[in-house]
Amino acid sequence: MNQILQMRSITKEFPGVKALEDVTLTVNAGEIHAICGENGAGKSTLMKVLSGVYPHGSYKGEIIFEGEEVRFSSINDSEAKGIVIIHQELALVPYLSIAENIFLGNEVKGTGGLIDWNKANHKANQLMERVGLHENPITPVSQLGVGKQQLIEIAKALSKEVKLLILDEPTAALNDTDSEHLLDLIRQLQRDGITSIIISHKLNEIAEIADNTTIIRDGRTIETMDMSDPTATQERMIRGMVGRDLAHRFPERTPQIGEPVLEVENWTVYHPTQPGRMIIDNASFNVRAGEVVGIAGLMGAGRTELAMSLFGHTYGRNITGQVKMHGSVVDTSTVAGAVGASIAYCTEDRKRFGLNLLDDIRHNISAAGLSKLVKGGWINGNEELKIAEEYRASLNIKTPTVMALVGKLSGGNQQKVVLSKWLYTDPEVLILDEPTRGIDVGAKYEIYTIINRMVAEGKAVVVISSELPELLGICDRIYTLAFGRITGEVPVAEATQHSLMELMTLERNAELPVRNGNNVEAGRAQGAEEPSNLELKGSNR
Amino acid sequence: MTATVTPAKTSTAGVRELLTSNLRQSGILIAFVVVFTAAAIASPNFLSPGNISNIVQQYSYILILAMGMLLVIVAAQIDLSVGSVVALTGAVAAVVVIKWGMPWYMGVLAALGVGLLVGIWQGFWVAFVGIPGFIVTLAGMLIFRGLTYQVLNSISLSPFGGVYYEINNGFQNGLMGGYGVDTFTLVMFGAGALVLAYLQWRTRQGRIAYLQTVESMPLFIGKIVLMAAVIMWLGFELASDRGLPNILVLVLILLVIYTLVSQKTVFGRHIYAIGGNLNAAKLSGVRVRRINFWVFVNMGLLSAVAGIVYSSRMNAAQPGAGNGLELDAIAACFIGGASTTGGIGRVGGAMIGGLLMAVISNIMSLLGWPMQLQSVAKGVVLLLAVAFDLWNRRRSESAA
Repeated sequence: MNQILQMRSITKEFPGVKALEDVTLTVNAGEIHAICGENGAGKSTLMKVLSGVYPHGSYKGEIIFEGEEVRFSSINDSEAKGIVIIHQELALVPYLSIAENIFLGNEVKGTGGLIDWNKANHKANQLMERVGLHENPITPVSQLGVGKQQLIEIAKALSKEVKLLILDEPTAALNDTDSEHLLDLIRQLQRDGITSIIISHKLNEIAEIADNTTIIRDGRTIETMDMSDPTATQERMIRGMVGRDLAHRFPERTPQIGEPVLEVENWTVYHPTQPGRMIIDNASFNVRAGEVVGIAGLMGAGRTELAMSLFGHTYGRNITGQVKMHGSVVDTSTVAGAVGASIAYCTEDRKRFGLNLLDDIRHNISAAGLSKLVKGGWINGNEELKIAEEYRASLNIKTPTVMALVGKLSGGNQQKVVLSKWLYTDPEVLILDEPTRGIDVGAKYEIYTIINRMVAEGKAVVVISSELPELLGICDRIYTLAFGRITGEVPVAEATQHSLMELMTLERNAELPVRNGNNVEAGRAQGAEEPSNLELKGSNR
Repeated sequence: MTATVTPAKTSTAGVRELLTSNLRQSGILIAFVVVFTAAAIASPNFLSPGNISNIVQQYSYILILAMGMLLVIVAAQIDLSVGSVVALTGAVAAVVVIKWGMPWYMGVLAALGVGLLVGIWQGFWVAFVGIPGFIVTLAGMLIFRGLTYQVLNSISLSPFGGVYYEINNGFQNGLMGGYGVDTFTLVMFGAGALVLAYLQWRTRQGRIAYLQTVESMPLFIGKIVLMAAVIMWLGFELASDRGLPNILVLVLILLVIYTLVSQKTVFGRHIYAIGGNLNAAKLSGVRVRRINFWVFVNMGLLSAVAGIVYSSRMNAAQPGAGNGLELDAIAACFIGGASTTGGIGRVGGAMIGGLLMAVISNIMSLLGWPMQLQSVAKGVVLLLAVAFDLWNRRRSESAA
């Protein structure tokens, strides 16, 4: 088999840090090659070296592409050779059309150097056909969901005559159906002769799609495994990534469940700008002391909308329903009110909604509970530092100092800072929205441990997640959410991925099965229908 | 802010760590020292006692505006109206004092009242209607300039005279006697140096109690001695001229207040939170509207203070007064390390930024360079300062 790409002994140093050391990566022509490793392991750095973001000369080692050594000085050079990288954060211009985005920087010229839009739209249609996207090419990108935007990125890559496609966490923001569609597309491209490199945290996804997998840890290559080999198990991958055995993916916990703490009754929320569009439909649920309750739902089901509307009405309008803490009604219509009622909400999007990336760890940890540090009108800076140090130690935030900027931490450590911030407000109920999104296996385990510690202290925890194995692994009870309705409540002992998925895909008008999960048959017929349009029903995030 | 932390025990840091750990702040300070030294070499008159007083007096109102502007900029807003508000408040004071013949403090109160109303007006549109500060204050710039012409009937009013004139131009001198060198001024500066040394020592003790890294004792003493020397030299310069300028006292009091407000209060911290990440601030329970409202109210009030100082300095209120001051104040903030996108910046930095422009203007006047070149020089300094800041940020990012 001939090799399309060889990266030999790549070493990349930043002042004081060796990001990559003697990394070797060999990719066969026409294969799907996965790269996995913990956050900060050096995957992105390696791809930046490959795509010319870090120009030749700023690293040691050599890159052989299609049999000859290449020396890229910018991303344009690598694209000219047919290497295209699609970043995790999509680089589309929201107000431009699909066609305009596809040909951005590569415009279809007609006579006199002017752009020939008819031709461009026609070519866009052809490219969209190849990626299985059926939209009008003049539709603005902002009107499409994340899944379709991802497809546009790939169409854009195809327009550049791509030979080697690099996808950085392509399915991180996608629901299961869209992920499946995307993986099918990558296989389709493979049949067309396009080689792909996929960076992913989702090990089952890698197992499903990759021909070979290279594991990177601490800036070094650990091994490249042939995925058809039966010994290439997920356990082996995890062992390679974290450098140790994770006995179990989820830490053990013996539940000690007390009285209900938070009770939400008949919660109904409407869309903030489209009047009459119901986002949460008469939802009721509760959480008890010492209990971890999961909320499972597909993208667009209203998971985050439910949580944010509860937390200070930060989403939606015409919100009705009751929130009770220990049986008495509390006012959560402002964030201050919700915090005062001992409720905390950790957002799913920590960079946009959770952290001030310009400020240091210390100030971020104290941000929500700042009033506790005030004495005589002044903030006690020394006490603040002490508190930050305590959380650094107890949550194992990996940083040389709590005065380091939060923006420089890895995803897992940023998540720990968000958790610290809310733990410092001393809440009784913690709502964790996708607490392990985009963080690596080792850090996930630590987050689960922290959750266990919180419930052991008698707190009530609500976990919103799109990863069903995660919910099954850490929850005591799981509610399913579909189209804004709570469609089921299942004790974890009785729940399976299959039964949850059926409840999560119940159509808007379907009859609800009997609560407590014993009877899910009613939903089976509708649940089997294709849910590919789910994502568009919710707000685009 | 200048040291690193170890959890186990207090450790000490050397000069190098202190400088490198905060290049953003120290960079502008070093630039200031360099320019100051160059100015002293270029013109023998630069360090003369009278000239030092002049620099303070000529730039006082920009320093005052920059303090409020820094908070506005950190909150990721901008205020273009301050020049017009300076003119309007000065005009109102002039009408009260000169036209109506009322005592000086009535003029001051009237100006502050107008500044407060302006702040409430602009704060309302920004915070509660949700119009960007740029638009609101651009409108304000036109509105308040127009009102100034209306209040003054398009003619200048002068002179204020008396105590009002003394606000910017007066000195505390001879209160304790002295032979050519005012004792009172020296005593005040000596007391200031002692208080500063005590506060530094107390901070150091506090940090030690919390097991944080502090500078080593010789370094600490060296720092205090250096600071005291600079303060006493400045005091001696002023004492051998006309004494302690009133305006310097006012600026220093405001500087202390605004440094504390921005660094040590919940209000100040919330301003940084809003500028750093608006959404995260909202979800942390920060009352964004309220904070934005008060930031603009504060700016209105400080504009009034600057308006009083400006009209006192001119000893007159003119319809075209204060034109372009907003740009000087904004430039001072950016030269002092504030970020154009909000969330970053310090009051002390903005002060040094303002003083840097002041020193450059002053030395160019002393050397007899034409006025127009001063504007060019200010522009170049602004560009270089922000370029340095960008370079510094990229450097630290690629190090991560």
